[in-house]
Amino acid sequence: MKSTVMENNNVEIKEKKPLGPRFKRFFKDFKNQWELQSMIIPGLIFMIIFSYIPMYGLLIAFKQYTALDTFSTAPWVGLKNFQIIMTDKFFWEAMVNTVAISLMKLAIGFIAPIILAIMIYELHDGPIKRFMQTISYLPHFLSWIVLGGMLITWFSTTGLLNQTLMAVGLMDNPQNYLLDAGKYWWIATLSDIWKEVGWGTILYLAVMSKIDPTYYEAAKTHGCRIREIPLRHTDSIHVRTKYFCFFLILRVHEDERMSIVSLILLVSAHKVTKRLNEGQSVL
Amino acid sequence: MSGKVVKGDLDSRIFNFINMSLLLIFTFIIIIPIWNVLVSSFSSGRSLAEGGFVFWPQEFSMENYRAVFRDETIWQAFFISVAKTVIGASTHVLFCAMVAYAYSKQNLRGRKLYSALGIITLFFSGGMIPTYLLIKSLGLLNSFWVYIIPALFSFFDVIILMNFFRNVPKSLEDSAKIDGAGDWRIFWSIYLPLSKPALATIALFNGVGQWNDFITTKLYITDQALYPLQMKIYEIIVQSQTNTMQNIGGSVVIETTARGVQLATIVITTLPIILIYPLLQRHFISGMMLGAVKE
Repeated sequence: MKSTVMENNNVEIKEKKPLGPRFKRFFKDFKNQWELQSMIIPGLIFMIIFSYIPMYGLLIAFKQYTALDTFSTAPWVGLKNFQIIMTDKFFWEAMVNTVAISLMKLAIGFIAPIILAIMIYELHDGPIKRFMQTISYLPHFLSWIVLGGMLITWFSTTGLLNQTLMAVGLMDNPQNYLLDAGKYWWIATLSDIWKEVGWGTILYLAVMSKIDPTYYEAAKTHGCRIREIPLRHTDSIHVRTKYFCFFLILRVHEDERMSIVSLILLVSAHKVTKRLNEGQSVL
Repeated sequence: MSGKVVKGDLDSRIFNFINMSLLLIFTFIIIIPIWNVLVSSFSSGRSLAEGGFVFWPQEFSMENYRAVFRDETIWQAFFISVAKTVIGASTHVLFCAMVAYAYSKQNLRGRKLYSALGIITLFFSGGMIPTYLLIKSLGLLNSFWVYIIPALFSFFDVIILMNFFRNVPKSLEDSAKIDGAGDWRIFWSIYLPLSKPALATIALFNGVGQWNDFITTKLYITDQALYPLQMKIYEIIVQSQTNTMQNIGGSVVIETTARGVQLATIVITTLPIILIYPLLQRHFISGMMLGAVKE
């Protein structure tokens, strides 16, 4: 009897001191899972070499690194490198350009695929719809080098744009747009959108096609216009006007914030899709 | 899509008409520039200089293409492009699938640590210069393997594949375990064959990325023998730009011939992808959805 009590006590003591046994169990499990671990550890090693070592390498921002130095021999110089770059006029120019172009791409590139997706979604199923989808994905597969070469051609003095504008009569003399620094922001933004807008619709179209058809029925009995359902198939269906879907999006600032917010959530999180399918409202 | 369209409804018809017209305009905006490049590549240097066409070459000529293929190195570049695409995409997808299989197991020891380390790599990176120094110290500069090894792994693809692997019925795995199969065997004989759509999607995206990638070459390769097609185009474009600058007021013919060659190279480089992608379109879209949207 006594010995068993002792043993029980021992066990209890062991459980109160969890570290040792837990490590033991960890290693035992680890050993039992050696096959699984042997699959994931190469990935870990890869990440350490190709992601974490370069992150550590960022420390050379605080060092005087020359071609002759190795990473460890280069002397520390504190914030001197930052001082140099902050006082560089071209740095700030580049900074403004980067921020402006990113913001433009973000703003336009976010709205454009949504509008296009709704427009494509509204087409009747059939060969035309499939053709248009195929065409809209096409530019995504061009590389930026190829697109760069194409842009040079389109915007050259004998290129597509000049000729079209002159043929329509909007312009008398050809112009080289790529030499005009003021137009570059727009060229960068619009070429990005031209390339990626179709590709961006895939996700939106997939989510839209998952909308339960019964919402259409429900919406119709509430007097909702068919076009507007994809945007607001929640229970707050009170439609006042006859806007078409693309106008609907453009007037976000007026009174329809609900619709655009619900669409964003719809696309960005599948949890929301699930909630909607269960008939709950988004917000 | 029942109940989507009400026939005879005037609003609907007006809407459809406007919608269709706008989409047609959009389609033209996509097609015409591409068509213009294609047509221009078949034009003679003189008609390129004069301009004045959009839809059809005024003087049909294969001169540009002949000039491109006269350059022997284009074949070598083509070979490098194909090799790096095929080897890169297949090793990438196998490596990611291997990691994703282990990662998809909830009882994996150290799983939290692995996810934390992986997710950090999605948001932060060392950037260009430290990576260059790393590649240099690994001895990968001017080596074909610089196309393959650094592109071997992507945690994002691991997450997509993991989502897919989770949908494979657990009973298959259990019965294989009873028969004595280990994890490697289960991964190889059950998970890989069942996940072909997801694997094909990842391989396709990665392959397109490899085919279109030129920055790797620009940064790490100086040996001309290892240049892929994209780098060839880059050189041709840069060359013709400098030619143009040198020839301001000089000979126009040289400039336009250079542009013709440039256009022909663009068409040759893009053609393989354009030909392959409509065939695969349905697969990659469904494959993409597998990872992205989950019910």
